[in-house]
Amino acid sequence: MTHSAGRGSDAQVAALLRDYRTAAGVSDELFGRDGTLRPVWKPFIRHLAGLTADEIAARFGRGDRHLHDAGVYYRKYDTSGPSERDWPLSHIPVIIHDTEWQTIATGLRQRADLLEAVAEDLYGENKLISEGYLPASLTAQNQAWLRPLVGVRPVSGHHLHFLAFEIGRGPDGKWWVLGDRTEAPSGAGFALENRIASTRIYPNFYGDSGIHRLAGFFRAFQTALTAGRSDPDGLIAILTPGPMNDAYFEHAYVARHLGFLLAQGEDLTVQNGKVMVRTVDGLKPVSVLWRRLDGATCDPIELDEHSAIGTPGLVDAVRQGNVSLVNALGSGVLETRAMMSFLPKISRVLTGQPLALPNIATWWCGQKRERDHVLANRDTMMIGSAYSSRLPFNTEDGSTVNRVGAKTSLEELLDQDGRDLVGQEAVTLSTTPVWHDGRLVPRPMILRVFLARTKDGWQVMPGGYARVGSGHNTPAIAMQQGGAVADVWVQSDRPNPQMPAPALRTQQFETQIEEALPSRAADNLFWLGRYVERAEGNIRLFRAYFARESEGVAPDRPLLKDLRQTLSPGAGKTFRDLTGTFELPLQAALASAGQVRDRLSVDALMSLRDLSSSVAKMAGQSLTPDEIPRKASVLLRKITGFSGLVHENMYRSTGWRFLSLGMSLERAATMATVLAALAHEEAAEGALEVVLEVGDSTMAHRLRYAGGASHHSVADLMALDGKSPRSILYHLSRSRSHIDHLPGSAEHGRMSPTARLALQLQTRLAVETPGTLTTRKLLDLRRDIWRLSDLLTLAYLK
Amino acid sequence: MQYKVRLTVTHNYPGSARSGRHLIRLFPANLPGRQTVLSRRLSVDPQPVEQREFDDYFQNFTTLLVHDTPHDTMAITAHARVNCLRVDDPGLNIAPPLSALPYELDRVQKLEARSPHHYLGKSPRIVPDRTIAAYAASQVNAQMTTVDIVRAIGSAIHRDMTFDPLATEVDTSAREAFALRRGVCQDFTHIMITGLRALGIPAGYVSGYLRTRPPEGQARLEGADAMHAWVQAWCGFETGWMEYDPTNAVEPAQDHIVVAYGRDYSDISPVKGVLRTAGPHQYSQAVDVVPVDEGA
Repeated sequence: MTHSAGRGSDAQVAALLRDYRTAAGVSDELFGRDGTLRPVWKPFIRHLAGLTADEIAARFGRGDRHLHDAGVYYRKYDTSGPSERDWPLSHIPVIIHDTEWQTIATGLRQRADLLEAVAEDLYGENKLISEGYLPASLTAQNQAWLRPLVGVRPVSGHHLHFLAFEIGRGPDGKWWVLGDRTEAPSGAGFALENRIASTRIYPNFYGDSGIHRLAGFFRAFQTALTAGRSDPDGLIAILTPGPMNDAYFEHAYVARHLGFLLAQGEDLTVQNGKVMVRTVDGLKPVSVLWRRLDGATCDPIELDEHSAIGTPGLVDAVRQGNVSLVNALGSGVLETRAMMSFLPKISRVLTGQPLALPNIATWWCGQKRERDHVLANRDTMMIGSAYSSRLPFNTEDGSTVNRVGAKTSLEELLDQDGRDLVGQEAVTLSTTPVWHDGRLVPRPMILRVFLARTKDGWQVMPGGYARVGSGHNTPAIAMQQGGAVADVWVQSDRPNPQMPAPALRTQQFETQIEEALPSRAADNLFWLGRYVERAEGNIRLFRAYFARESEGVAPDRPLLKDLRQTLSPGAGKTFRDLTGTFELPLQAALASAGQVRDRLSVDALMSLRDLSSSVAKMAGQSLTPDEIPRKASVLLRKITGFSGLVHENMYRSTGWRFLSLGMSLERAATMATVLAALAHEEAAEGALEVVLEVGDSTMAHRLRYAGGASHHSVADLMALDGKSPRSILYHLSRSRSHIDHLPGSAEHGRMSPTARLALQLQTRLAVETPGTLTTRKLLDLRRDIWRLSDLLTLAYLK
Repeated sequence: MQYKVRLTVTHNYPGSARSGRHLIRLFPANLPGRQTVLSRRLSVDPQPVEQREFDDYFQNFTTLLVHDTPHDTMAITAHARVNCLRVDDPGLNIAPPLSALPYELDRVQKLEARSPHHYLGKSPRIVPDRTIAAYAASQVNAQMTTVDIVRAIGSAIHRDMTFDPLATEVDTSAREAFALRRGVCQDFTHIMITGLRALGIPAGYVSGYLRTRPPEGQARLEGADAMHAWVQAWCGFETGWMEYDPTNAVEPAQDHIVVAYGRDYSDISPVKGVLRTAGPHQYSQAVDVVPVDEGA
């Protein structure tokens, strides 16, 4: 295949744009107000026009595949509950020229400084209220204004460290701020993933196009957070609400990207006014918390008493000046729509300057003059909750009441609840090209721009996160309604624009995660190992069962009865019950894996997902007995793939040890169960072969022992042979070795109770012979393996 | 009148608590011109590893207690001596009518602990409720001043509700208690706050103590054997805050000892905590409020 040079002819450009019709009274990103193609887009459009349809499909596919393989997803909420969806990337970037970007950046830096000043006042002297620039009731009724933080100065000296602004271009071509994100803005990590995808889509173009890179922005913030620690040994953690949050992917991604710890509220505890993280090596101090949950939920004692995701005492630690919060608790107070109606005036009062970048015109209906204005202009207004931080055109959650409605009802509403309402100018957003059926069409768009505080002041990410509508109307921009996201390119005229990028203090970050393994993460890794191994053991028993049945062994024969009983003791014996013996453990494994997304490779996670969906598919089919063993074999190959990733690819961290420990203990216990049930002297005919099959050791047995299987030869190979990776002894030895490597396993030359039991179990089995290893002893061994699991949990995982 | 106050709160954890963190608000407040604290002493068993005192946002005296070793019981005893001064009769009822209250509110351009703006709308335990709003509205006529309205709603609640410690629990909402027409001082207080706020009158929660045995010839007040609660309401720029005890249909005077002010119970619950425990949790309280003989 010849690669086209990526320079389309004029005719190809014309063909690409033939259906691109901008609407009257709407700005467009691609075409300027004079109706000509904006110069900043020309090289890209020409590049795109020079690609064949096949090339474009292949490239878009490459970008999508990257996102899919990287595990980027978003959580969609609908009537059937939350589900993970593929990331809806619009493959056409939004391109903005450097010069125009500088105007935006300057305006947003000014706004960030202004918001910092407002936050300082609202949690300090309260002069804006006492001097009449902000109504007292608006702050008092704002649920994000956190009273316990009043009078508490942030230890960093600043309330705000990381911000996002939603901006849009109005019909006059100028940019407007539509929303301030000061609480816990998300999207920066997604912007980075979008960028990686777009470099896969346009590798030749991107390389020498003069597009600003994003990496410097993250490095600068990483450096700033590291330098801002009050305790040089203190960890930096990203505080996440957990896997059910719609941006959890991003929390895990950013944590991994920047080498920060990913923590949930329950991982943290406050001692002597200091925040500590519970790790397998005891409590470790945390100096900086980059929180991704709302301030009010962070401490159930002093803030929202119903919060189950907070850390009791966090406010106390902040008050004692021992931890820096990014952003400070309570900074969400700035996000409300109503704030926008007062900011223009406050800007002039506090800085002497008007807003360089205006925000969308907003009228707080708690004042008569403003209320009357909103009523008179109701047709061009969005009227909604004053306290909401949603964008004005967001109608899905009821935060926008009505812009039409019956006249009397609106008047009554404003009269009665005016203090709780704002009117905001209805927004007309600019349009930007998206790919639709082989051509470009215009769709409405908003940009989210990120700012990070560094020692040199606010850095603006040169790029961002664009959301693009699915249709022509503005509200459909929300991803929940089918909108897409796009990369944002800030284009310089110079070939390689430089961002000041401070050197990474790499070593420090690489060791941080390794040093601190939160107990909860270790617990999830341990159970992930146990569940996966339990599933594998059960699939093997399941396959052996149906293999016999398809060979004509009647279900009421002792062998099949014993097999069913081993596979599903006490429970039902239908096909669905039997598939449940591995379907349920796999679901539990996936849930555990979801909790430690930052510590597992994307490949490992994907292979688990794939396995789980294959199992669900099989369980839902009606199969004849002779189809089942083959299907089960496919599952076994997949599960072996996961185990292989764990043992071949995973870094030998403490986390890996817990995962591997979980697998070994479960495998040892399963084999003890199987031997006790099927390898005794009175075992049913054919049972010994089943044990070898379940232990995947038929071949090894043939090599080691002449003649057929005896219960001695099977016990020897499957329990006592330390060279067989299927034997109990092998896994007890491995467990012991892992436990010896755990923190605190030997203090001052004395073994911990866990290490002692691990050694006892190993030696107890090592001195047995096939003749002395009774069923009783096997069952005792199994009981003590679970005792070891309990001791581990007590010592490290609580 | 000088009082000796003693309160013991006992928590039992049959499943044993591994650690605990509590904020307590049990001591009488210092209120210039009304209440002077002469002494206070706290004993906690088991001994906490951390104990620290601070004033919360609403200026309530608050103590932090942290336990980090397993325990199956925790007993807190607070001793205090407090002098309650005679409060003069407010005199003329010059409070504005309801219609003028919004303008009076706008005159308060300040946001501090006692600003009325905190005490309107929603707060953690007070959510607008139509039934209570309608009930409150039905007690009001156009001739009433705000003070009259507070008294009318308070006495109506006293008349229509039955004091019943078994009917509700600490988490019962005002709406549920009102539907039952039963409850304890906390329920009476939350219902009254909900009603007053529905009318646009800033209203909040007061926790405190009542003297255990009434003076000669007077009836014993309901709620004297545990911590008590009543209502504060803002009645305009000049009148400011008044208090009303709907459980007993009285305006608190020397027999009501104030502990804390807040928007509702959640701001000032006497013992607020988080435990790491597997099991259930029992709670008991004993209060003794005795006048100190003037001569003693």
